[in-house]
Amino acid sequence: MSAPAVLQPETDMHTDRGLALQALRYMATMREVEDRIERKLYRQGKIVGGVYVGRGQEAISVGVGLSATPDDVLCPSHRDLALFLIRGVDPRQIFAQYMGRVGGLTRGKDGNMHMGDISRRIVSIISAMAASVPVAAGAALALKYRGTQNIAYCFFGDGATSRGDWHEGLNFAAVQKLPVVYVCNNNQYAYSTPLTKQMACANVSDRAPGYGIPAEIVDGNDVFAVHRAAQRAAGHARSGAGPYLIECKTFRMTGHSAHDAAEYVPQSLWDEWKEKDPITRLEKKILEKRWAKREEIARLHAGIRQEVDAAIEWAEKSPYPDASELLDGVYERS
Amino acid sequence: MEMTYLEAIRQGIREEMTRDSGVFLLGEDIGVYGGAFKITSGLLQEFGEKRVIDTPISESAIVGAAIGASLMGLRPVAEMQFADFITCGYDQIVNFAAKCRYRWGAAVPMVIRAPSGGGIHGGPFHSQNPEAWFVHTPGLKVVAPATAPDAKGLIKSAIRDNDPVLFFEHKALYRRIKEDVPDGDFTVPIGKAAVVRQGRDLSIITYGAMVHVARESAETLEKEGISVEIVDLRTLAPLDEDTVLASVRKTSKVLLLHEDVLTGGIGGELAGRIAEKAFHDLDAPIVRVAAPDTPVPYSPPLEEAFLPNAAKVTERARWLARY
Ligand SMILES: Cc1ncc(C[n+]2csc(CCOP(=O)(O)OP(=O)(O)O)c2C)c(N)n1
Repeated sequence: MSAPAVLQPETDMHTDRGLALQALRYMATMREVEDRIERKLYRQGKIVGGVYVGRGQEAISVGVGLSATPDDVLCPSHRDLALFLIRGVDPRQIFAQYMGRVGGLTRGKDGNMHMGDISRRIVSIISAMAASVPVAAGAALALKYRGTQNIAYCFFGDGATSRGDWHEGLNFAAVQKLPVVYVCNNNQYAYSTPLTKQMACANVSDRAPGYGIPAEIVDGNDVFAVHRAAQRAAGHARSGAGPYLIECKTFRMTGHSAHDAAEYVPQSLWDEWKEKDPITRLEKKILEKRWAKREEIARLHAGIRQEVDAAIEWAEKSPYPDASELLDGVYERS
Repeated sequence: MEMTYLEAIRQGIREEMTRDSGVFLLGEDIGVYGGAFKITSGLLQEFGEKRVIDTPISESAIVGAAIGASLMGLRPVAEMQFADFITCGYDQIVNFAAKCRYRWGAAVPMVIRAPSGGGIHGGPFHSQNPEAWFVHTPGLKVVAPATAPDAKGLIKSAIRDNDPVLFFEHKALYRRIKEDVPDGDFTVPIGKAAVVRQGRDLSIITYGAMVHVARESAETLEKEGISVEIVDLRTLAPLDEDTVLASVRKTSKVLLLHEDVLTGGIGGELAGRIAEKAFHDLDAPIVRVAAPDTPVPYSPPLEEAFLPNAAKVTERARWLARY
């Protein structure tokens, strides 16, 4: 199966085979890359630091990421690997990043999803939850300032919305009518903390109207629903009407991090959400609509596995940074 | 009883909660989960939800609420999941908590526990040593134990103290050291350093995980005929100047060691005080060994180059001894 052509955001994605196949490719690649990291490389001791993955949440970064234009700014959360893939970051670089090698986006200075690439308009998170929210407002301010039609997308979890930075960032963007699309992955847990201990309102989106920001709730495990919502949100933001919030209901199908067995999650929730797996659902739809045959999907997965094998091999050959690099990059080289 | 540094902190907290019904805990994932490092494991079951509060991800609210409760006479012990996130509650700490007593005579008897330090491949946001930011703020007490007995004795003193205390726990020590810890009501006074090794030729002044690095280095130097004295500061604010100066006067050579970065670290303050008050007792320049002025890098070779270790200390100590 050849790679589907890049789709334009205004295409009617609802019945589009192209979107489905492209989304499947990115979602399956994200799953494969993260499965290897969390369940193989981490356990083999090849990743020495923290590992946070987005298993079960792939439809969110893919659905939104595929609706963004290349000059839009992305502020990913720590569970949005696919945004990097969509912007052309190679899985090799991602494995090298996790392994602390020079081939990673931070050349070993940082690990896991703590990475960015300003040339691709991806702003790196810092670890503190919600710190990107005011930064996204500033990026959007610059896009508006320069008179572009571009917008900033800011991704975060449900727990992040408890931080003051989140509230200050939203309010600032709303007051200034800045073109920001907020994408919440509400996966119902923040580390071990369930939603009920995080907020007294039922939905993250309930918080938005207080800032004068329109919001909607979408099925975060349906890539088409996410994509359509992202288009509506982007249309709103691009029109100059100010920010927009999408709350994607989903579930974190793993521990908070690779060392967390998540025993605090009741079995019934795992069972319930396994049924709603976004990749399985998308494949089912593709088969029902006859957009591709079962063998073609199998071949796609096989191709991804091969690419990932090669990427890991490459990353393992990428050297560790030399200790002499320690002092580099604190300031601009003069 | 033999226990780890981590267990010693837990035991100290449990004893204080048993002794004083006004002591309660708040922080992220500390109850049901027992905390990211499991320090508070079992305490929810023992003391109930009223006294072990799982909070939203809201460091500013955690600190602010601790201040409010302490103004009303309770004794909150707040946990930062990692010391790095203490920045999210910074204003509440340095402007609210620190200045209540001075401005309007109100006591803020609260403790903020903060797992700090590197050596666990945590990268720039899970490895920092932010103690100097708070040492620089009058009104705060800052404690950083290096041993299991001190961890227990100091957490108990911190909880009983009537001023806000920042309690920096070194993550790399949690499970690494196992020591005999006195049972029962044992406290270690805040503001008192300890001479943890007697020596003649030079003094290493340090704290936290670096105490163990200093000990390792001292063993090596001993074989070379260099006798090292080690002062474990234990409390960084207020500084136990007397113990430091006494050691400097005894050995006449001093090496200041910390894991925090060099610029603006405690070493600079110590150097200033030693130069002011014991200049004529010195036989050599003051030497500082600290991390370089960079963020804490993630990749193992970079982190190794970043962190002070026994080899780096030994090399500088040899130079100092020969001077
Ligand atoms: C300010 C701050 N406090 C604590 C943490 C530790 N921490 C890392 S991720 C996390 C949970 C985040 O939950 P959420 O925002 O819902 O995102 P999710 O991990 O569920 O995607 C916590 C508490 C942090 N990163 N930042």
